[in-house]
Amino acid sequence: MKIAVCISHVPDTATRIKIGSDRKSIDSTGVTYILNPYDEFAIEEALKTKDKLGSDTVVYAISVGGEANKETIRKALAMGVDEGVLLKDDSKRDSFGIAHALSEEIKSLGCEIVFFGKQSVDFDNSITGQLTAEYLGFNCIPVVVDFKLDGNKVIAEREIEGGREVVETEIPVVITAQKGLNEPRYASLKGIMAAKKKSITEKPAAAYSQLTETLEMNLPPSKQPGRILGTDSSAVPELVKLLREEAKVI
Amino acid sequence: MTNKVLSIIEQREGSIKKVSYEAVSVGVSLAKELNLEFEAVVIGSEIEGLSNFGNYGAAKITHLKNTELHNFSSSAYSDLIGNYAKESNASVIILGNTSFGNELAPRIAVKLNSACIVDCVSLTVESGEIIATRPVYAGKALIKSKLNSDIKIFTIRPNVFKAEKISDQNSEIKVEEITNPNLKAKVVAYKKAEGKLDVAEANIIVAGGRGMKGPEHFNLIESLANVLGAAIGASRAVVDAGWRPHSEQVGQTGKTVSPSLYIACGISGAIQHLAGMSSSKYIVAINKDKDAPIFSIADYGIAGDVFDILPALTEEIKKIKS
Repeated sequence: MKIAVCISHVPDTATRIKIGSDRKSIDSTGVTYILNPYDEFAIEEALKTKDKLGSDTVVYAISVGGEANKETIRKALAMGVDEGVLLKDDSKRDSFGIAHALSEEIKSLGCEIVFFGKQSVDFDNSITGQLTAEYLGFNCIPVVVDFKLDGNKVIAEREIEGGREVVETEIPVVITAQKGLNEPRYASLKGIMAAKKKSITEKPAAAYSQLTETLEMNLPPSKQPGRILGTDSSAVPELVKLLREEAKVI
Repeated sequence: MTNKVLSIIEQREGSIKKVSYEAVSVGVSLAKELNLEFEAVVIGSEIEGLSNFGNYGAAKITHLKNTELHNFSSSAYSDLIGNYAKESNASVIILGNTSFGNELAPRIAVKLNSACIVDCVSLTVESGEIIATRPVYAGKALIKSKLNSDIKIFTIRPNVFKAEKISDQNSEIKVEEITNPNLKAKVVAYKKAEGKLDVAEANIIVAGGRGMKGPEHFNLIESLANVLGAAIGASRAVVDAGWRPHSEQVGQTGKTVSPSLYIACGISGAIQHLAGMSSSKYIVAINKDKDAPIFSIADYGIAGDVFDILPALTEEIKKIKS
């Protein structure tokens, strides 16, 4: 069995965003990039699945982007992923372009289970997994907090508003991982050393002409700090009055 | 020839999701501005209250019906919407950006050889084109974009667009019986979280952070949420500490929310948290540290002890509600 984990390279969540000179993307000067936090759950689940299926299972980490993404692929290798693939593209692809490139590679590798993080914490679309599944004709279960594989059958629990859904389907399948699915392992020193020796396959990302067009990026309107009404419960009546009469929200 | 705006109504267990009224209102007003026809579509078995959508301008609703479609099935629902969009010459499709809409929109987009923009907080028409604005980096920036595909698909963030009653007519409901839906992936069970309102859908959120000092004190948050009919939110710190479930986490690795009122209790306001809730219409901060970053975005603040203020606030609201 071959398993793919699709990972992305994103600004650390502590980053203060500045708009770049093109007014269409962020200024990446001085920004620290990390492995997308949700992808750690995806990697962990892929490795756990490999443990269950046996050692002839191969786990590939695939990322679309520039040279810098190699650092993120190395992190996946250090956690225990077998092989890394970088689909090179320095342009700013939309989710469709990324999913298209990933699906071409997954097809040629012959992977039957594909894990994603449920969203990348840069563009927050949460759609790349579903798109990849659709391009491949695979089944798809997004935002998964519990994953079970029984032969060809897949039973997963996904988080939805106000509860969970239990979904049944079969492989080939795309799963997108939500926090709570597992506890991602830390890369061991041995893993980090081994990762340095593993090679990362590089190839150009499959061409795609995109249908979304970015017009501009802006910072949200800045909010003026409001009023401090007091320092103890004696300010409560005034607060309630303001919420009722000024804000009209209660 | 594409000529129609379709809004997709979402139901779960036969009840209509609130965001559907917003999706219908958005669809109706876009159709008017673009001089297109409008129609609403719903998939399911028995569904309550569909004709009420007439009040929001949906004169016609197509109900794609089969008992096996009572439960959500991503494969069946995306096939059915994709096919219906083709048959009815849809040029614009609007869904709510819930787990339902966010799953279906991209899949329908691929089926229709088109594209989608998800989680929109504004959709405007400029020179005949729909311009979408959506938050990125959990709300630290906003991006404006448009689609160059023939069919344009958008999902709207719940609670942001207004559902407007514009008519006293009922909808005319056309039922289409569906045979052999594609149930390759299907929901076999739904586990409802007991009596809980989800932060992503709530109009009011009461959220607690480290300043609550322990999971046992969240009953103060719960009491206030109860009197307000609010959902409970949590900061990342208290979720990571295991005090609260991840489904309540607000912020960059949790949910990004835009309620009318957000009450932050004992939350200092890390940048990841602020990004996830700063687009709330009104923000109240209760925190004993008057220099906490949360006060920089709060409309109203009380720089005091949550254990003193929360019970008083709950009592005061009870008073005005009774």
